Amino acid sequence: MRHLLSVDDLGADGIDEVLRLTDSFVEVSARAIPKVPALRGKTVVSLFFEDSTRTRLSFDTAARRLGADTMTFSAGSSSLKKGESIRDTVQTIEAMGVDALVVRHASSGVPDQIARWSSAAVINAGDGWHQHPTQALLDCYTIRQRLGSLEGRRIAIVGDVKHSRVARSDVTAFTLLGADVTLVAPPTLLPPSLEGWPVRVSHDLDAVIDEVDVVYLLRMQRERMSEALVPSLREYTAWYGLTPVRADVAEARGVVIMHPGPMNRGVEIAAEVADRPNVAVIDQVRNGVPVRMAVLFLILGAGSEAFSAGPVESEPLVAAGGQA
Amino acid sequence: MAERERRITPPYGGVFHARTQVMSPDDIHRAVWRMAHEIIERNHGLDQVVIIGLQTGGVGLAGLLVDDLNQIEQVELPLGTLDVAFYRDDIGLRPVLPEAVTDIPFDLAGKIVVLVDDVLFTGRTIRAALDALTDFGRPRSVQLAVMIDRGHRELPIRPDYVGKNLPTRRDEVVDVGPEGVQLGEMRK
Repeated sequence: MRHLLSVDDLGADGIDEVLRLTDSFVEVSARAIPKVPALRGKTVVSLFFEDSTRTRLSFDTAARRLGADTMTFSAGSSSLKKGESIRDTVQTIEAMGVDALVVRHASSGVPDQIARWSSAAVINAGDGWHQHPTQALLDCYTIRQRLGSLEGRRIAIVGDVKHSRVARSDVTAFTLLGADVTLVAPPTLLPPSLEGWPVRVSHDLDAVIDEVDVVYLLRMQRERMSEALVPSLREYTAWYGLTPVRADVAEARGVVIMHPGPMNRGVEIAAEVADRPNVAVIDQVRNGVPVRMAVLFLILGAGSEAFSAGPVESEPLVAAGGQA
Repeated sequence: MAERERRITPPYGGVFHARTQVMSPDDIHRAVWRMAHEIIERNHGLDQVVIIGLQTGGVGLAGLLVDDLNQIEQVELPLGTLDVAFYRDDIGLRPVLPEAVTDIPFDLAGKIVVLVDDVLFTGRTIRAALDALTDFGRPRSVQLAVMIDRGHRELPIRPDYVGKNLPTRRDEVVDVGPEGVQLGEMRK
């Protein structure tokens, strides 16, 4: 794997590989010195044309824990303001000798375009409404941690699916790992066409919450309010928010609650329920670092054959039952 | 080391063909029993001694060794495992993936660490292991126990306890497994 632009680049086996490798990096992260020299001498540049705190910090931390050098580029303070094109910006940065570009952009497809221009590896850290593959990977890892496996699990994705790159990546990843996805949203917040999406659709969160294993809440993007896609935030909360009443049902059934952050407490999730034990939001953030370490290691460290080589079967070594 | 290299160096997915039986499973157990006594003798007992098996070939041997040590001295020695994939110097030259997790649930500061591996070859795995250990604390000393020393060292590293010295050609493969120790080669 040279780039990670979309979940489709990985496939079910690729996701599995990343998640297995993540276990090793979770162990590294728990050490007194949570650092290994696996990517020593590599340079990873965060190229963020759109604001982000957690994703950028998470990638930065991941790269540093692998011993790589990091640089950050943010659009606000750059020559883009002086009218430089993205292509020139990328080529300028690349000329300094970088191994990987972690790209976020408000327009779909920019990371793909950069991957075509660049000799460095490109990792998509979110582009427009299109994809956010590392978020999907850490979501899968978090669900595995909580439920053991995604196979046969029922997952509801609730809220603004239309504008959500997280939803698009998650639907693909969850489905590849054998889960059954239901989208819950008002028609105005669903994509105009769901043809080819392997999902069911519902408009009734109360009915869905009674039969799923995971409820994945999407951020209600307040800026969408101006487009009049929902009558009011209060009305949205009443129909599609995780209210205390719904949270009680979810907690009683052991439903895992997830959210990609940042949470709007009081809108998609009631303020007082966000800290309950079945809410996995902090786990998601915590797992972000080892998952991104795994992605960086696979792209920059393990060698391109790592994916095609497939899982390494462990052989029985000197019989443990021998002399014991 | 042979185990690891066998699976992920060309020819990928090759099959190991044994040519010579070097040690039987019983021979391995006798060698472990002797090495256990050498460890106790060298360290005047087992005070502060901990055993760490290298993933994956050294883990089974480390288990056997700890069983013998515990039986001889009537103690409960700490046993850990270490995977050195992230510390290797050949990352980027060939696919390197961890094969199992590291598990060292005790502090290494002031301890005598006995590293256990199945085959000592170039010494690069041990170099990586020494690097990794420093991230877990500062042991008083580190000793090395291997079942087979097959020569061809590329670094100034030597074992403290050896099951058997086995002269080999560089292209041969040593297999330590449930059938004992075998010498052979990889074929497509």
